[in-house]
Amino acid sequence: MATDTPFPDAGAQATRKRGGGARRTRKAALHLGGIAVSLIVTLLGLIAITFFIGRVVPIDPALAVVGDRAPKAVYEAARVQLGLDKPLIVQFVTYVKAVATGDLGMSVSTGRPVLQDLKEVFPATLEMATLGILIGIALGVPMGVHAAAKQGSLTDQVIRVVGLAGYAIPAFWLGLVGLAVFYARLQWVDGPGRVDIAYDGLVTPVTGLMLVDSLLAGETDIFFNAIGHLALPACILGFFSLAYIARMTRSFMLDQLAQEYITTARVKGLPERVVIWRHAFRPILLPLITVCALSYAALLEGSVMIETIFSWPGIGNYLTVALLNADMAAVLGATLLIGTVFIIINKVSDALYDVLDPRAR
Amino acid sequence: MSAPLLAVENLKVTFPSPSGPVDVVKGISFSLGRERLGIVGESGSGKSMTGRSILGLVRAPGKVSATRLEFDGMDLLKQGEKAMRKIRGARISMVMQDPKFSLNPVMTVGEQIAEALVAHKRLPRREIAARVRAMLEAVRINDPDRVAGLYPHEISGGMGQRVMIAMMLIPEPDILIADEPTSALDVSVQAQVLDIIDDLVRNKGMGLILISHDLNLVAHYCDRVLVMNSGRLVEDCAASELKNAQHPYTRGLLAAQPRLDETRDELPVIDRTTWSAT
Amino acid sequence: MAFADMRNWLLDESPASRRQARWGRIFRISLAFRGNALAMVGLVIVLALIAMAVFAPWIATHDPIAQDTYARLRPPSAANWMGTDELGRDIWSRVVFGARITLAIVILVAVLAAPAGLLIGAAAGYLGGWVDRVLMGITDIFLSMPKLILALALVAALGPGIENAILAIAVTSWPSYARIARAETLTFKNADFIAASRLQGASSLRIVVGHILPLCTSSMIVRVTLDMAGIILTAAGLGFIGLGAQPPLPEWGAMIARGRTFILDQWWVATMPGFAIIVVSLGFCFLGDGLRDVLDPKSGEKH
Ligand SMILES: Nc1ncnc2c1ncn2[C@@H]1O[C@H](COP(=O)(O)OP(=O)(O)O)[C@@H](O)[C@H]1O
Ligand SMILES: [Mg+2]
Repeated sequence: MATDTPFPDAGAQATRKRGGGARRTRKAALHLGGIAVSLIVTLLGLIAITFFIGRVVPIDPALAVVGDRAPKAVYEAARVQLGLDKPLIVQFVTYVKAVATGDLGMSVSTGRPVLQDLKEVFPATLEMATLGILIGIALGVPMGVHAAAKQGSLTDQVIRVVGLAGYAIPAFWLGLVGLAVFYARLQWVDGPGRVDIAYDGLVTPVTGLMLVDSLLAGETDIFFNAIGHLALPACILGFFSLAYIARMTRSFMLDQLAQEYITTARVKGLPERVVIWRHAFRPILLPLITVCALSYAALLEGSVMIETIFSWPGIGNYLTVALLNADMAAVLGATLLIGTVFIIINKVSDALYDVLDPRAR
Repeated sequence: MSAPLLAVENLKVTFPSPSGPVDVVKGISFSLGRERLGIVGESGSGKSMTGRSILGLVRAPGKVSATRLEFDGMDLLKQGEKAMRKIRGARISMVMQDPKFSLNPVMTVGEQIAEALVAHKRLPRREIAARVRAMLEAVRINDPDRVAGLYPHEISGGMGQRVMIAMMLIPEPDILIADEPTSALDVSVQAQVLDIIDDLVRNKGMGLILISHDLNLVAHYCDRVLVMNSGRLVEDCAASELKNAQHPYTRGLLAAQPRLDETRDELPVIDRTTWSAT
Repeated sequence: MAFADMRNWLLDESPASRRQARWGRIFRISLAFRGNALAMVGLVIVLALIAMAVFAPWIATHDPIAQDTYARLRPPSAANWMGTDELGRDIWSRVVFGARITLAIVILVAVLAAPAGLLIGAAAGYLGGWVDRVLMGITDIFLSMPKLILALALVAALGPGIENAILAIAVTSWPSYARIARAETLTFKNADFIAASRLQGASSLRIVVGHILPLCTSSMIVRVTLDMAGIILTAAGLGFIGLGAQPPLPEWGAMIARGRTFILDQWWVATMPGFAIIVVSLGFCFLGDGLRDVLDPKSGEKH
């Protein structure tokens, strides 16, 4: 943007720059403001969608709550209690208010407030997905860079195959096969659950993250046991994020390596390592942050399928149980939570882009 | 003239194509001393490929071959990648066409200049900063300390190209190749940038290869001129002799140059039928 | 010789008629496509899927739902190529009949979601102004939602079943088509031939339907093909959880779910349908990549 009109002398350049500084901060602030607004709008959209799913799609939500053999009086009471006698828009406003204050209703299956359930199960999912994304980033980024730098090399071929596998293999199937191979046959890892039954309930949840809590309690046995249980599901999630991250890194890097300034760097006589990591890789850091954020969000979502397989007491498992019991309050609560985290990750990575990019600053 | 710094004989650059390999540079020969050599020709005639093959930077699938490609007694085609890296920047350097694309957008100008120096010399930090500042001053940037901290998008095209020159001259190479260094710039700053190149090259007694499609410009800034047409050299003469050039293509280029005292209504079109079959 | 004449006619750089131009284009595209080995593999897989679905009764060796308690959990053999499940049903035959379900899901989702996205995107792009802003605002909201979770919640509300699963997947996949259609529309909107037909008095609807939609189709076909793998995986996931196709339908995801219990000793029950899913998804990926390379080369690897 600044290079559109060349300024012949540095004096004019300097004046323009000084004036530009304030303008640019204002622009960045405006942009961040825009992201904040779109965050709020999108969250409202999410609430509208869950409202729609919960109140409009079922033929009669009251019937769904009381069952079809309930006496008429009970049914009517339920209708009034649910606010179904009011106009839809009033119901929506009530719903938004309830969600905003954390009132997600009661779960039919656990008999407890949905919010309280979610607070308990979410850390387990977070722990698994976080480890998964760390594996995906730690392996996927260097692999993608290497594949682009050495097109046609072994890494390049591996990434092609892994990238395709990431598209074509069902996560739940891979989890099942992984369990059969690495747990049952090879016994490299521990089986389903977060820890062995013998260790269950021994550490008091502080953060809800088993690895952290066991260390806080000084229980290294439990810590290593938890790693044994976490390893396989995290690696499987890691595999899917690796597939995506490596493929995107490779494609970004190929774009970069075709740029003129890469030739400039080579003209200077820089070693290939510097050309690749400093000149080609640094400009893709920002888009990569976005890719990793998207991948992280996708893992939180994808854990739904994995958790069932590994009897992992996280939000995915909670959601699946609720789905099968038609426990709509729990289903919608879990949907809202995953959706909110998903949206926030997305928007924060957008904002990060603006804050960190020297060209947007 | 002293012994040539660079000797090129029968240089070819070949690209594969669906209908067999295509030579985009078709066996050209020239030599360069500590002088200013111009290469002119229309777009696509192979000027950039000639420049890049000297640096060993023709990208795959392009292939370079020559009966002789010698720099300072070294056969450039026989040097390994590591030896070439020692030559690039330090001994032969190149100013690229458009600073908008040839400067790294996420590194400050100062970083990029310093890096060109550090790649070839181990120097204490303070000295590097001093040399960068001196170099920026040499390309007539008034407030070098401030400019060094800017990103490429924050400076103008003319200043970008001066930064580029600073970057390429800071390791004090023997040969500078300038590949259309001003064609992306505003007309008002073109002369300024060329004057800076001219000044520095002459003061340091370097060899210069100035690539351009502008015959007048080359004639003005160079001692000797090569004219290229679709991969071949069609003219090799002293700049002062240019108006006596014989080859019909060169004559055509000369005739097509508009002049200030212009009285023609229409500029003539080069008649290619007289010399080429391609 | 006639063949060579035909080829020359097709590859003519200056076609004399509209028909020659169109056939020439198709010929050139198919030439480029044939040169792409992976794309051909993809095409073969997808054709095989279609053939399997159409000729399932002849390809299958057994009745897919006939139970045989004496032949429970048999490993793969000459009689049962992929073994049998816990009710003694032949897994190969179930996989073959499952192709019908997979194909039906894929086609129905494409038929529901793509035209919806196309219309919304084209309308937004062509009409511009507040229509554009509202439609794209909604599209963006949908795009930043977790698709799988929304589909799950929607099926939970609608009730489990294959029809509802298809509907839920379609509801969550139209937004990306709308985005593409809008982008394409914007590039064509100000083209001279659109202006010309506007001058001739064509209505907006007519221009959108008659001129703009046909121009979006090639990028749409590419995108839909590339999305197929994801659709198949989502449908299988719904089936696996128990919200998709209901028993005794031989849906691949549901078959994996039934095989879960036996994964340690009778591995074939769960793995075989998984291979089917993988092969078919890969087929659509290859085909989509190949189609993109010949139909829409500019879009690159951005999906
Ligand atoms: N990667 C490539 N593949 C095939 N041909 C190329 C490639 N790069 C350049 N060329 C061809 O080489 C010729 C010379 O290019 P170049 O040296 O850049 O011309 P100039 O700098 O004189 O404008 C051009 O005709 C161009 O089409
Ligand atoms: Mg050039």
